[in-house]
Amino acid sequence: MIDPIFLVEAAVNGIMLGGVLALLALGLNLIFGVLDIVWIAYVDLVMVAMYAVYFLVMVYGWPIWLGGLGGVVVGVALGILVHLLIITPILDSPPVNQLLATGGLLFFLQSIATFLWSTDHKSVRVSLPSIELGGIFVSYPRLIAFVLSILVMVGLYLFLTRTFIGTAIRAVSQDRGAMALMGASPQKIYVVTSAVGGAMAGVAAALLSIQYSVHPYFGAAFGPITFMICVLGGLGNMVGAFIASFVMSEIIAIGGVVWSTEMGYVIAFALFIVMMFARPGGILAKRQ
Amino acid sequence: MTVTPARAAGAVLLALIALAPLVPMAGMKQYVLHVVIQIFVWSFIGQAWSLMGRFGLVSLGHGAFLGVGAYAVVLLWNFYGLTPWVGGAAAIALSVVVALVVAYPCSRFGIIGHYFALVTLAVGEVVRLLIIAERDWTGGSLGVTLKAASDASLVAMQYADKRVWYYAGLGLWLFGLWVWARLDRSMARAAMEAIGEDETAAACVGVRVTRFKLRITVLSAALTALGGIAYAQYITYVNPETLAGIGVSLRIVFAVVLGGMYSLLGPTVGTALTIALSEWLRIVFGVKFIGMAETIYGLLLVIFIIFLPAGIYGSLAALVRRRRPAPVPATA
Repeated sequence: MIDPIFLVEAAVNGIMLGGVLALLALGLNLIFGVLDIVWIAYVDLVMVAMYAVYFLVMVYGWPIWLGGLGGVVVGVALGILVHLLIITPILDSPPVNQLLATGGLLFFLQSIATFLWSTDHKSVRVSLPSIELGGIFVSYPRLIAFVLSILVMVGLYLFLTRTFIGTAIRAVSQDRGAMALMGASPQKIYVVTSAVGGAMAGVAAALLSIQYSVHPYFGAAFGPITFMICVLGGLGNMVGAFIASFVMSEIIAIGGVVWSTEMGYVIAFALFIVMMFARPGGILAKRQ
Repeated sequence: MTVTPARAAGAVLLALIALAPLVPMAGMKQYVLHVVIQIFVWSFIGQAWSLMGRFGLVSLGHGAFLGVGAYAVVLLWNFYGLTPWVGGAAAIALSVVVALVVAYPCSRFGIIGHYFALVTLAVGEVVRLLIIAERDWTGGSLGVTLKAASDASLVAMQYADKRVWYYAGLGLWLFGLWVWARLDRSMARAAMEAIGEDETAAACVGVRVTRFKLRITVLSAALTALGGIAYAQYITYVNPETLAGIGVSLRIVFAVVLGGMYSLLGPTVGTALTIALSEWLRIVFGVKFIGMAETIYGLLLVIFIIFLPAGIYGSLAALVRRRRPAPVPATA
């Protein structure tokens, strides 16, 4: 029998992980909601931004917060580049091709990272202690990452609800055709959305790089779970994705302690598949 | 059957392929045969995928069927000494069960498009992770080597001679083409195309949506598992990364889309090109630049999907058709 304290610790760690996963899921979901395209390579963009943080901090000696901001800038740049170079030419193609074009990008990023930086794991070393709270150990970097990711999500919420461009983004995700009729330029909205999605990837990269070491296959490790969260929450549904992140991260964290890490993921994916059948529109959708 | 230039060319090409192992190639022979066998097997798997893909059932989890097929046959042989002829049948049955478990609810609850792609992606990952998690008997991420048979290679389906595999691969590939062509001319094709266009409309005119979808999925899964079995028996080693999960699933899809999934030879052209390209890049760059070959491969994929969305073979075929005067429709 497993000591309950480990389960509690796993649950707390799950919440921490959920914060960062939510950030990834929201970025991907924003792009999906507006452009109706799943960026299969989304988490690989995060991987590239994590390398940026690593090099800025560990090689060029920037302070960690500045390196993190550098990662965000790289994320924004990548988001815009992906949109202009890959998505724009195939906006009207069948969805399969759009999916596959970003899938090709996934291969490209993985292998160019292997080529340039080898498969060694590289980590940003931050010497921060763990905090003990009634027998539960919580790592300080994870706590920081969690708090910051919540703050960024609040920022995203305010951006989408309180600014003109944010309102326009939400309008496009509801009705693409009507937006053009209202005189807003869809192309501009798309670029801004991709940039915001890229920024989310950059923030996630900064927050992930203080917890995990980066390697070329980082995207393969976090990618599938991010897609699952988006679909589980309802593609394009922000609140749903937020809740789904925590559901999934709890399953992975607790499953990891009770069985093994792989089994945690297996259960999470199996639940995803079952939920797809029970509630195809996501956990918050009303049953038809 | 009338002799047209295209048919004659096809017959000559087939004869050349069949005679290829007899051509003396000195030391290169084993290598060339190895590459061509891989092309046969992966083309077959690509054809199996395209049976679904061409009707809008884009699966990103065919690695699941590949993994189930390959691992079942290898583990049955290693632990119980069951001949792959029986084990293979069991493996195919198992992958059909997996396909039904996934496809029935998908079809029942109308999961299509992006959602279908992501559900299948999850299935592929579940199989990969299960293989890794059950490391006590699957060998985890290190994979398993097929136990070498002491003798009786036919029973064990193990042959040291690559020529045997060459002809087996050729047979498999032709079988895949036959299935593809057979489906192309059947009623099922019309039904599936209607379903791919609009499920509700198809159901309204009396197409049994669920039945057709399940049939095509089962067929595709069974053939994919067969391909996995052939690959495992040929390579005599299975690994969760090369036979299950998102990586291999995407590779299958890419090769098919590159060639063109709506044409008979599309999957073959795409697979042959990707394998030839990666072999060539590997020879050019060797081990000096690890990752360079794959980098170029990924870049080409993106470029191809943007500029040649119908695939190489599909685009070429369309070009030829445009040049030629439109064929007179046959009066039936």
